Amino acid sequence: MLEIEGLSRRFGAKAAVDRVSLRIPAGQMVGVIGRSGAGKSTLLRLVNRLAEPSEGQIRFEGRDVTALRGRALRDWRTECAMIFQQFNLVQRLDVLTNVLIGRLNHRHGFLARLGSLLCQFSPEERAMALAALDRFDLLPTALQRSDTLSGGQQQRVAICRALMQQPRLILADEPIASLDPRNARTVMDALAQVNRDGITVLVNLHHLDTAREYCGRVVAMQQGRVVFDGAPSELSPARITQIYGITEAEFQAEAALAVKASPAFDMPRQTALA
Amino acid sequence: MHAPGSTAISAQEAAFRDLRRQRRATTLVGVAVLAVLLAAAAWMSEFHPASVVAGFPRIGEYLSKVLPSLEWANLLAGPETEGSLAFWFYRLDAWLLLLFETAQMAAIATLMGAAVAMLLAFPAAKTLGAPNWVFQLTRRLLEATRTVPEIVFALIFVWAFGVGALAGILAIALHTTGALGKLFADAMENVELRPWDGVRASGGTWFEACRFAVLPAALPDLLSYAMLRFEVNLRSASVIGFVGAGGIGEELYKVISFNYYEEISAIILLIIFAVMLIDMTSERLRRRVIEVVT
Repeated sequence: MLEIEGLSRRFGAKAAVDRVSLRIPAGQMVGVIGRSGAGKSTLLRLVNRLAEPSEGQIRFEGRDVTALRGRALRDWRTECAMIFQQFNLVQRLDVLTNVLIGRLNHRHGFLARLGSLLCQFSPEERAMALAALDRFDLLPTALQRSDTLSGGQQQRVAICRALMQQPRLILADEPIASLDPRNARTVMDALAQVNRDGITVLVNLHHLDTAREYCGRVVAMQQGRVVFDGAPSELSPARITQIYGITEAEFQAEAALAVKASPAFDMPRQTALA
Repeated sequence: MHAPGSTAISAQEAAFRDLRRQRRATTLVGVAVLAVLLAAAAWMSEFHPASVVAGFPRIGEYLSKVLPSLEWANLLAGPETEGSLAFWFYRLDAWLLLLFETAQMAAIATLMGAAVAMLLAFPAAKTLGAPNWVFQLTRRLLEATRTVPEIVFALIFVWAFGVGALAGILAIALHTTGALGKLFADAMENVELRPWDGVRASGGTWFEACRFAVLPAALPDLLSYAMLRFEVNLRSASVIGFVGAGGIGEELYKVISFNYYEEISAIILLIIFAVMLIDMTSERLRRRVIEVVT
């Protein structure tokens, strides 16, 4: 059970997340929707503690997550894996090592940590990573550099990395916004598959149809606040218009535009010095 | 026909001209101030045009002395014949050995300096978010080590460790740490931080994020900076021999002070060739690192 209580994050005078309270029982697949700037991303980053809350509390299984520091914070991050819109893989590393990064915090002791810095992983860890890649049909790519993969493949590599953490919770921040429809489907299928294993999934989406199709529960945000929380069937086009003051088609078009505005890929940096 | 738009257009045109006139005026004043300052600087540092003109022919004189008197007919003759290449480079074997020693000094010093610089660059890169006091400490340390010239370090180390290559290596390594550390840190600051979030979000430590998210992306830059530094260090290692820190520098110092003119040019040519060699190797190495998985 993930409990969020009165969570806020302010940037100056503007509240990106404004007194959000949510209770998410284990095993749910929750879609978070909203127009760009509604605070969806910030909310997920707050849960993972990549961003610090201005006030409020996050509890997981009764444990206060907002107060964690150092080792305990890293352990929490390992428990709630994060998937990003731009995949956030290390472009110049091979796929296998990228997946093994998810294993870093499971290696305890000074020697093991030193070994990770030298890229020394055990055969068991490699087997685990290869099995994860195999599950999502990525096994042949294991030794390729991750920047040679398509967007959909990279996102599935990111899911493999997340699974290596053996998380209880997966936070996916617009995981399919940079993908074409076919790749988007494979990635959403992968997330649904992971959810069926019992992992809670919290996914930011701008495409309402995707939320309706995959999520058992939808949370709508507007200007940092939760304005709807319920079953996707209740979220009719009329309700959307009531919440956001625009039609569903306009909502979709605006979200698509906002996503395109942030470039999907950084150009590979080849020449760097004079 | 004059639509309301055309008056707006001509107003913009006027504004554009005004702006350009202002900028021109600013530029002119700036250039004038700069010229006055330059003249003052030249006067204070005794950069008198008269002495430059007077001294200029003497450079040519020295150069003509330094240049060998080669004779076309005897070009490929033995070292006994005056005017042959072999006569010019009559001590080629000894020089090559000394140059090799110098290159070794430069290589070891570059490697040592680059290794330390790499470790210090992570905390010295602002974007990676090391605690402020660590950031300040490493930045200032790097500044201190690169501000002091190698030759000063060399004098200290010759005093401490005695005459020889060791003093030279340590001196160059120390200076290299400072010079490369800053460049490395700047290169790391330019790396995109998305993978950093990826590693941190999965529970990786700061060190692991440095290793996995920053190092692979920065590596080609680090390598080419280090190779460039290797070239510079080859030159430094040659000069540093002047204070007794080993290598071809001692020989160069000797031939200059004894006015063995032709040998000066021979040794300098050898150093230039060595630098070219490093440049060509570094380009190949860089290409390979960019393509390869790290």
